Amino acid sequence: MDSISLATFIQLLVTGISHGCLYGLVALGFVLIYKATEMVNFAQGDIMMLGAFIAFTLASGLGFAYIPVVILTILFMAAFGIALESAVIRPMIGEPPFAVLMLTIGLGFVLRAVAGMIWGHDEKEFDTPYSIDPLLIGEVSLDYEQLVVVGVTILLCLGLWTFLRFTKFGVAIQAASQNQLAAAYVGIPVRRVVAITWALATAIAGVAALLVAPLQLIYPGIGFVVGIKAFVAAIVGGFGSLAGALIGGICIGLVEQFVGYMFEGAYGETSVYVLLLLMLFIRPQGLIATLQRKKV
Amino acid sequence: MALLEVRNVESYYGPILAIRGVSIDVEEGTIVTLLGANGAGKTTVLKTISGALEPQKGTVAFDGDNVTALEPDNIASLGVGHVPEGREVFPFLSTEDNLKMGAFTRAAGDLEGDLDTVYGYFPQLREHRKLAAGFLSGGQQQMLAIGRALMLKPKVMLLDEPSLGLSPRLVQEIGDIVVRLNEEQNVTVLLVEQNAKMALGIASYGYIMESGRVVMEDTTERLAESTDVQEFYLGMKSGGARGRRRWKKRKTWR
Ligand SMILES: Nc1ncnc2c1ncn2[C@@H]1O[C@H](COP(=O)(O)OP(=O)(O)O)[C@@H](O)[C@H]1O
Ligand SMILES: [Mg+2]
Repeated sequence: MDSISLATFIQLLVTGISHGCLYGLVALGFVLIYKATEMVNFAQGDIMMLGAFIAFTLASGLGFAYIPVVILTILFMAAFGIALESAVIRPMIGEPPFAVLMLTIGLGFVLRAVAGMIWGHDEKEFDTPYSIDPLLIGEVSLDYEQLVVVGVTILLCLGLWTFLRFTKFGVAIQAASQNQLAAAYVGIPVRRVVAITWALATAIAGVAALLVAPLQLIYPGIGFVVGIKAFVAAIVGGFGSLAGALIGGICIGLVEQFVGYMFEGAYGETSVYVLLLLMLFIRPQGLIATLQRKKV
Repeated sequence: MALLEVRNVESYYGPILAIRGVSIDVEEGTIVTLLGANGAGKTTVLKTISGALEPQKGTVAFDGDNVTALEPDNIASLGVGHVPEGREVFPFLSTEDNLKMGAFTRAAGDLEGDLDTVYGYFPQLREHRKLAAGFLSGGQQQMLAIGRALMLKPKVMLLDEPSLGLSPRLVQEIGDIVVRLNEEQNVTVLLVEQNAKMALGIASYGYIMESGRVVMEDTTERLAESTDVQEFYLGMKSGGARGRRRWKKRKTWR
């Protein structure tokens, strides 16, 4: 193992954190939906993939400018979440969790296949106004795309936290996720809350898509691996906690980058799953153990 | 016409029949109690009133309107405050956020004033208003569940075994509060209890359920005098040898 220069260290750090933020954003979707409905939506990564293709089509196919692309993609994804919830998920209420799990895994396959049919399997490029030469600080060169990922993730999380903590509807989302029956008894429209939670989760996947698209070429499988890593992030974070999802994502991003640098590329990928196994052995309740507390 | 009228309702859990032919009237301004042993169907009656369970047969009318097919949140917004069995507070929300959620159906209005009203009845809740509700004691959680329903400004409050698991002193305290809410806040009350002593003490009229049906109804005075109620719900022995032969005794309503 070579010793590592400061510049390389900082670059790995930024890359790790920015990838981690992406995993964290997709993991936020997992956790939001899980808390609201006790369902695990395995298609969350593929929903992000859909968002990336929507952004690509709006920009390259229809020629929209960047800002309208961002707004329209997020709106489309929110609408997609509401449609998905009412058409596919709501009819599954009361079915065993295993059936729901299979449904969302199947949904992922369908989304990948449909994306392949519409957009083909060759890789697409998505450029942004900030896809410019990297920022140079001394010997450190930082991609603006990565810095934007980190900045947007921070803003989005602050916004989400403020919404859930301080607005009446946000607190109602928390209440419904903690006790649906009691929420209904105080007059919270639980069904609408669940639909809006899905919209929130898919809109966040849309934001993740807009952030990942300029970093990577777009193809139908782009969401699959991200989805798995985000799922690991959610487990590492404790699955019941939004902050945990983000922290879990960043942990995974960092481990992946540093292990990948110190050994060979493939070890970086593998290290994510090793981390998952370690977590399950040492601290199965996750870094932030809300599920444990929920049982009390 | 009574404020709340339950007519011949029949409700199921999947294929399981839980209540059958249940009719209950709650007159405006009164406290009515619904008594019965565990599994008699009391909670099911309340769930059917609140819209958490849709009855297969029968109707529920509230304030003159048929509310049988409505969603729970719609029924709540009409002024039905449900204090569920086992408190069911929002464990990770603060005490005060729990109370604020109680006012969810109402336009902003005078939230602070209403919080003050609730804290007036339950000073302990004010002390712990920043604490996550999951950390409150059982008695405090019961107070919170009642306070949360009060924030709805309910016309009728459905209380499901508020005395469950509480010390006799706390049971007394909760009973006193229910009477005060009835008198001072004009809340009509349907009180479900296994603890007949407190319930018969504060209610004016009572129903007794067994195996999913109402088997007896009368003023609470007369219910308290009935030997069956004394024996099976107030734990009084009829004395001497008869007490020991109790297992053989058939209740008169059978
Ligand atoms: N969720 C449920 N699923 C199936 N059966 C239930 C359920 N809840 C209650 N029951 C049954 O319905 C009957 C009435 O229950 P309940 O209304 O809870 O009685 P109580 O409140 O008087 O103790 C009981 O026989 C009980 O076993
Ligand atoms: Mg009960």
